[in-house]
Amino acid sequence: MNRPKVIVVAGPPACGKTSVMLHSIKSLQRLQKRVAVVKIDCLATEDDIRYRSVDVPVAVGLSEDICPDHYFVVNLEEMTNWAAAEKAEVLIIETAGLCHRCAPGVDKALAVCVIDCHSSIKIPEKIGPVLDTADIVIVTKGDSVSQAEREVFRSRVRSINSNAEIVEVNGLTGAGCEHLARLFSEKGDSADLVGARLRHPMPTAICSYCMGEMRVGTKYQQGAVYKMDFPEVLCSLK
Amino acid sequence: MFSKISILTGYDKKGQAEAVEYLEINAGEIYSIVGFTGSGKTQLISDIEQMAQGDSVTGRRILIDGKAPEYTVRYNPESKLVAQLSQNMNFALEMPVRDFLIMHAESRGLEVSENLIEEIMKTANSLAGERIEDTDILTRLSGGQSRALMIADVAIISNSPIILVDEIENAGIDRRKAMDVLTRKGKIVLIVTHDPQLALIGSKRIVMSNGGIADIVALSDEEVIAERMINSITEMLFVAQNKIRSGQSIQLSELTFPEAL
Repeated sequence: MNRPKVIVVAGPPACGKTSVMLHSIKSLQRLQKRVAVVKIDCLATEDDIRYRSVDVPVAVGLSEDICPDHYFVVNLEEMTNWAAAEKAEVLIIETAGLCHRCAPGVDKALAVCVIDCHSSIKIPEKIGPVLDTADIVIVTKGDSVSQAEREVFRSRVRSINSNAEIVEVNGLTGAGCEHLARLFSEKGDSADLVGARLRHPMPTAICSYCMGEMRVGTKYQQGAVYKMDFPEVLCSLK
Repeated sequence: MFSKISILTGYDKKGQAEAVEYLEINAGEIYSIVGFTGSGKTQLISDIEQMAQGDSVTGRRILIDGKAPEYTVRYNPESKLVAQLSQNMNFALEMPVRDFLIMHAESRGLEVSENLIEEIMKTANSLAGERIEDTDILTRLSGGQSRALMIADVAIISNSPIILVDEIENAGIDRRKAMDVLTRKGKIVLIVTHDPQLALIGSKRIVMSNGGIADIVALSDEEVIAERMINSITEMLFVAQNKIRSGQSIQLSELTFPEAL
């Protein structure tokens, strides 16, 4: 069976992942590429409807009770099998992207990080691993901030990831997506991901609450339980 | 630096070849881009910004000194030739003007000196109605102050040789002076506008229609006079605006009409 090239897209909520991918898919289709999409989310998504509007096969995975990035990697082999059965040459996996503790990038797959320069100048530092491990960094919403901020933002991104290709894209008009589609088709190869390694370790998720515990308090907690450090008590409140 | 850009045109929205086949803009020139809403002004700007090579919907090609730009010039945001200014842009950072200017200058690899900051503040203040202090917080600047600071910053810190200006008419700044500031360093300035005062600043106008470049109109001798008249009408409106803003009544004797009217 022919394996698709896998593109894993991550980034904070509402940064424009789906809009940018929709424009890029249209450009990929103009380059005669067959594209399939998997959307991972936690509780609900309507993005599958948006993806279907550009005539691509779409599968949705809802992680519900578990971490969406764990859920993503648990199902990665099956996703690529499904896309291969659909005869897709390119599989775009849009992840839920919530806590930024980790990065869903995998070796042998193209890792794409989307960030929005309207959010905060600190965002490049905050989302560390997902930006750091990306092959392509897509910067959105540059049209609504000053040219100066765009340039500062870009240099912040560069200071965290010195190798990635940085692409500025307008998710509304699609400006920049032609170039992105070309990068998608030129960079990386189709590959069997079984045995490929995650670029960054996933968070441990083995405490009592992972197992369905509902009660608050140390005495109910077992497993990997990490407690906070607090500053010395000075009784400074009068 | 380069001496000119050329636009090899493509197709309009109906798939017909654009009426104007070829267009050349030299360093230091100001062109305005005019046409009704939906006529393709923004797409033209986007083609120039992306340095299109027949790969956008219009099929246009943009050449620098007669050649297609290299890959890095086209795609690496760090070496892009185009800086943009638009009505929709706002400052999003919560920090003092001064700290921000330093941060921006450093990110462009400039040596930050007291003179540089002073030059930017002076330029910005020559455009804005209300004075900007370097201790002001960026996000709390008024619309006019923000626009004035962005213009001064683009002119002085961002050294991109091409500036695309998109609809800054209602910004409450001295637009004529703003254009002088931008072209001072031999930059190409392209202004998308519906405003006659701004449109007449350009030595030529690119007329858009149906997604294509329909015509190039040069500023005529008559329009040079028209521009002066329109400027003095604008000035008259400005006087009236200031009177009203400062709580006074307008006296007819204070409104001077252009002589030719």
